[in-house]
Amino acid sequence: MRLANVWNLGIKELRGLLRDPILLILIVYSFSLSIYTSAKAMPETLNKAAIAIVDEDGSQLSARIAGAFYPPYFTAPNMISTAEMDARMDAGLETFALTIPADFQRDLLAGRQPVIQLNVDATRMTQAFTGTGYVQSIVTYEVNEFLSRHRDAPQMTADLVLRARFNPNLSQSWFGAISDVITSITMLGIVLTGAALIREREYGTVEHLLVMPVTATEIMVAKIWSMGAVVLLASALAIWVVVEGLLAVPIPGSLPLFIFGTALQLYAITALGIFLATVAGSMPQFGLLLVLVFLPMQVLSGTMTPRESMPEVIQTIMLAAPNTHFAILAQAILFRGAGLSVVWPQLLALAGIGTGLFAFALVRFRAFLR
Amino acid sequence: MTQTPAEGAGTSPPVVQLQGVSLAYGRTEALRDITLDIPAGVMAGLIGPDGVGKSSLLSLVAGARRMQDGQLRVLEGDMRKRSHRSRSCPRIAYMPQGLGRNLYATLSVFENVDFFGRLFGHDRAEREARIDELLRATGLAPFRDRPAGKLSGGMKQKLGLCCALIHDPDLLILDEPTTGVDPLSRRQFWDLIDVIRARRPGMSVIVATAYMEEAARFDWLCAMHDGRVLATGTPQALLERTGEADLDGAFIALLPEALRGAHHAVTIPPREGDEAGYAIEAEHLTMRFGDFTAVEDVSFRIPKGEIFGFLGSNGCGKTTTMKMLTGLLDPSEGRAELFGEPLEAGDLTTRRRIGYMSQAFSLYRELTVRQNLELHGKLYALPPEEIPARVEEMLQRFDLQSVGDSYPHGLPLGIRQRMSLATAMIHAPDILILDEPTSGVDPVARDHFWQILSDLSRGDGVTIFISTHFMNEAERCDRISLMHAGRVLVSDTPEGIRQGAGAETLEEAFIGHLTTASGADPAPQDASEALPLHAARGGAQRHFSLRRMFSYARREALELARDRIRAAMAVLGSVLLMFVVGYGINMDVEDLTFAVLDRDNTVTSRDYVQQIAGSRYFLQQPDLTSYADMDQRMRTGEISLAIEVPPGFAADLERGRDVAVAAWIDGAMPMRAETVSGYVQGIHAWYLQEKAREVYGDAAVASAFDLEMRYRYNPDMRSLSAMVPAVIPLLLMLIPAMLAALSVVREKEMGSIVNLYVTPVTRLEFILGKQLPYVIVAMLNYLVLVVAAITVFGVPISGSFATLTLAALLFTLASTGFGLVMSSFMRSQIAAIFATALLTMIPSVQYSGMIDPVSSLEGGGAVIAQVFPASYFVTIARGVFAKALDLTSLGPDVLALAVIGPAMILLSTLLLRKQEK
Repeated sequence: MRLANVWNLGIKELRGLLRDPILLILIVYSFSLSIYTSAKAMPETLNKAAIAIVDEDGSQLSARIAGAFYPPYFTAPNMISTAEMDARMDAGLETFALTIPADFQRDLLAGRQPVIQLNVDATRMTQAFTGTGYVQSIVTYEVNEFLSRHRDAPQMTADLVLRARFNPNLSQSWFGAISDVITSITMLGIVLTGAALIREREYGTVEHLLVMPVTATEIMVAKIWSMGAVVLLASALAIWVVVEGLLAVPIPGSLPLFIFGTALQLYAITALGIFLATVAGSMPQFGLLLVLVFLPMQVLSGTMTPRESMPEVIQTIMLAAPNTHFAILAQAILFRGAGLSVVWPQLLALAGIGTGLFAFALVRFRAFLR
Repeated sequence: MTQTPAEGAGTSPPVVQLQGVSLAYGRTEALRDITLDIPAGVMAGLIGPDGVGKSSLLSLVAGARRMQDGQLRVLEGDMRKRSHRSRSCPRIAYMPQGLGRNLYATLSVFENVDFFGRLFGHDRAEREARIDELLRATGLAPFRDRPAGKLSGGMKQKLGLCCALIHDPDLLILDEPTTGVDPLSRRQFWDLIDVIRARRPGMSVIVATAYMEEAARFDWLCAMHDGRVLATGTPQALLERTGEADLDGAFIALLPEALRGAHHAVTIPPREGDEAGYAIEAEHLTMRFGDFTAVEDVSFRIPKGEIFGFLGSNGCGKTTTMKMLTGLLDPSEGRAELFGEPLEAGDLTTRRRIGYMSQAFSLYRELTVRQNLELHGKLYALPPEEIPARVEEMLQRFDLQSVGDSYPHGLPLGIRQRMSLATAMIHAPDILILDEPTSGVDPVARDHFWQILSDLSRGDGVTIFISTHFMNEAERCDRISLMHAGRVLVSDTPEGIRQGAGAETLEEAFIGHLTTASGADPAPQDASEALPLHAARGGAQRHFSLRRMFSYARREALELARDRIRAAMAVLGSVLLMFVVGYGINMDVEDLTFAVLDRDNTVTSRDYVQQIAGSRYFLQQPDLTSYADMDQRMRTGEISLAIEVPPGFAADLERGRDVAVAAWIDGAMPMRAETVSGYVQGIHAWYLQEKAREVYGDAAVASAFDLEMRYRYNPDMRSLSAMVPAVIPLLLMLIPAMLAALSVVREKEMGSIVNLYVTPVTRLEFILGKQLPYVIVAMLNYLVLVVAAITVFGVPISGSFATLTLAALLFTLASTGFGLVMSSFMRSQIAAIFATALLTMIPSVQYSGMIDPVSSLEGGGAVIAQVFPASYFVTIARGVFAKALDLTSLGPDVLALAVIGPAMILLSTLLLRKQEK
């Protein structure tokens, strides 16, 4: 392998990219506006959960309970009637509907243990899960406050002091921003190398290269370094300008270490892109293949839902995908400030998977050129 | 031409009238103020070098390109007026430059012609009759079911002619129809045109050509140069005017002085035969691709410095032989030697001695001429300090200085061929292998090119191995070989071959050899057969024609059906993804790791910890030893929860003193942290209650009230029940959009988009026709997904299936429409793929309500959710699956989809152009 060839062919790739302004705009968009918008759109844990209250009691206490729900966690409650409730929940207008029965306050004071009913739209998974806990503790707090002025009871007290580390407010946008960066890195890595290779074949320029004293390895390495460099630069800028700057996400870890990890991820992903291009016969097939490969890799990488909650089999299979390791690495470095001593297994795994994919893609690429 | 039907030429009004027509691409002027009348009812030829504006002129006349300056009247109407264009386009047939450029490679011969027949509104019986006749007349009938992509160049052109003639045009426009076609096919092609003209004497034909011997047979000629008209008139008149014997000479004489000065007839001095040794020796080369033998037992020896010509019909194995000699292909049998050394594919040192120029232009469009040359110089490892000088030398030698900094895309073919030769020569190779280097190049440029070859061969001793379709070029070779169907028929000097065949010219000798070998009749079969004379033009004027729409739908569907891998991926892929996403996106957080820093270490504290460890949510890890240890282990992600029990916990709790347990949660993943915090709080409260019960008895812990939870629609809080209905919209967005995303942009890249420009099809018919097959595939997808949801995932439909299906139909209209918007807007397939993936995946995962409800989104995301169709379909799918709803309660959402779908179609129609800009 001659490094000069690799360098010159890579420069050619970069020049080609510069000639496609729409593609350049899309790259910039995917690393800036796309990340920014989706991070800003992410609700902060429980945000504006829609709640309705059916107040059949109309007492001082029921008014206190209704008054305890307010933004940002909840929307100001809609006061509705029992008759309206079903229709409104069916239409998805509210996630929660709290029914305070008639004579609730009187029964409570008389010690008759009245029942408050909370209807939860359980199809809205995240909000239903976290919101229920909030509603429960708000109602309990209000009732206990009310009662404490009326009677005394022995209590077992022990506080639980909860602190969230690395992201004290559990801000979703921090997490969302990083997982979007990972999405863009992966998608671009595959598209820029893979689709570009198919285009070269459709135009016949790959074949032309082969009559020259250039080896398949040189062509492939040139594609990997040049497109990898573009994505690496874009992702570094995204982390620095968009994530750390505009979104004001504090990053305790070492950026150079993260960039190094990204480089390894790109090594694996660009090789994957070339591999997919050799499998797909044409551009339309490549488009579908991209969806079929990218979506599972991203959904199951642990950036959308925790890895722990996936079935064991999937967890094991996904260890073969570079994204899984990259997601772990990114979270460790960018949120927990972890250093090399912590993330070296992921770096090693990425390097290993990358080399495996590279070797595999090279074999396919040689056959593809025949 | 043998007929002379030109008697009406002077009397009827001109078929095409140009008045001050100019056309520019950016800063490049293609046509400069052209005023010209092309007579009707004759065979009119446009001649001139490449890049003088012949193709631009023809595309304007065909209505394929938008007018800029001047007036253009075609068939007695103004081409600027849309109404005239749509009225006259059924009367015009246009065959663009390039072999089979407006054909569809995966469709069969019959299907291609049939597609055009449908576009022009013929009914079934008439279509079949006409196609039969046309195929028989062109000799394509035996290949009726062969895909167009697998035809030879000559057959492709005949097929193109069939497609052009299906609707009996009054004006036939052919842009270099015989470029790159072998002599036999070329002769057959013109004979066919003669037959057609004999049947339809009123038809006007305009042809652009680079072959002067063909132009000599036309009725009327227009010589063009540099965007201007040099001269018009009959071939005879042009010859008389210039006093030249042939048109080649006449054309050169017509050129401005400055250009003519550089030209002189090519003379190749005889080769001095003293050089010993062979440059190329090939013995029994055979190449098989599967069952097909492309090259069979080919042997030849080419001495150093010889110009060796390779002739033969299209697809006869010339290119394959050349590829074996360059090391691009390993022969199945036989061997080849270069300068006495065996040739092996992958051997880099021999590649440095070869310069190869492939048939298709294969240099980088994204690099300038100079950059291309520099890149090649570097790749051939020329010493860096020599490269600039060498590049300048090449630019000068091949007369490329003026275009050094241009991109090849906009350059005329002749210049691009020179540029290819310059790059093939940059490293001063000993052997040049040139595959049809002069196809489509004008006579002046060709002579120039041959002068260079002559200098290289005789001056520098370079061995040249060249394939060509031009007979006057073949005559210049030292020796030639004629190939047919993978075999060499004859190999000798040009003169030897002519005499051997007893023919007058080399061309006739060749046609004789080819005819004998192929057993084909050189004249078109059934030439006497009458072609129908009157065209059915029903439907052409209508604003919207279902027939034309279905014509495109059929074409698209056939293409999809041929590509089995793609069709299978589209349908089965979605089921696969449903599994992955359905099981993968799981909100039930379990098996969370935690560790304890127990500073109390009493029975009570251990009991407290046991409560957590005992729950199914948590897995206990070895105890923490210190804060530092906790910090380290949280940082690595080993534990997601750390509990610190303070000293004196048991005692304080017993005495009712304030005591606090501390819990640290890993907040890196907020959703998981929320769940952990909920679990810990619950366990903590339960522990206290149990403790109170132990100490004070049941009465004390009886709560003041009960909070009764009703988890509606999904009583078990199963993640799957909530996710599966939301996954259907996700998949019906991604896959149909990706299917449709390439449909238009691919035609743009391949060139067949020209059919939209020049046929009566409207933009809306085009878009809807393309969309229809993908909507059907998407609905199939939908059914498969619903069945999988019910049977495999056990998520039943509780509401109205009809409502869901209606919504799915509207939704797939929107998702395929979204793909078409991308496809109409983008210019390259890569950009279309990337944009579609980016713009469907992120919104449908994040803004559709799949995970976070739409009502809680903020900012730009909330706005996107309002217009993004998936958010409505998620509501509908969940409503029908889980909430037992029907159209009465989902009406507004269905209505929203009913608006978004057509809006997408409208947008993609508006983004599409009916004429090239």
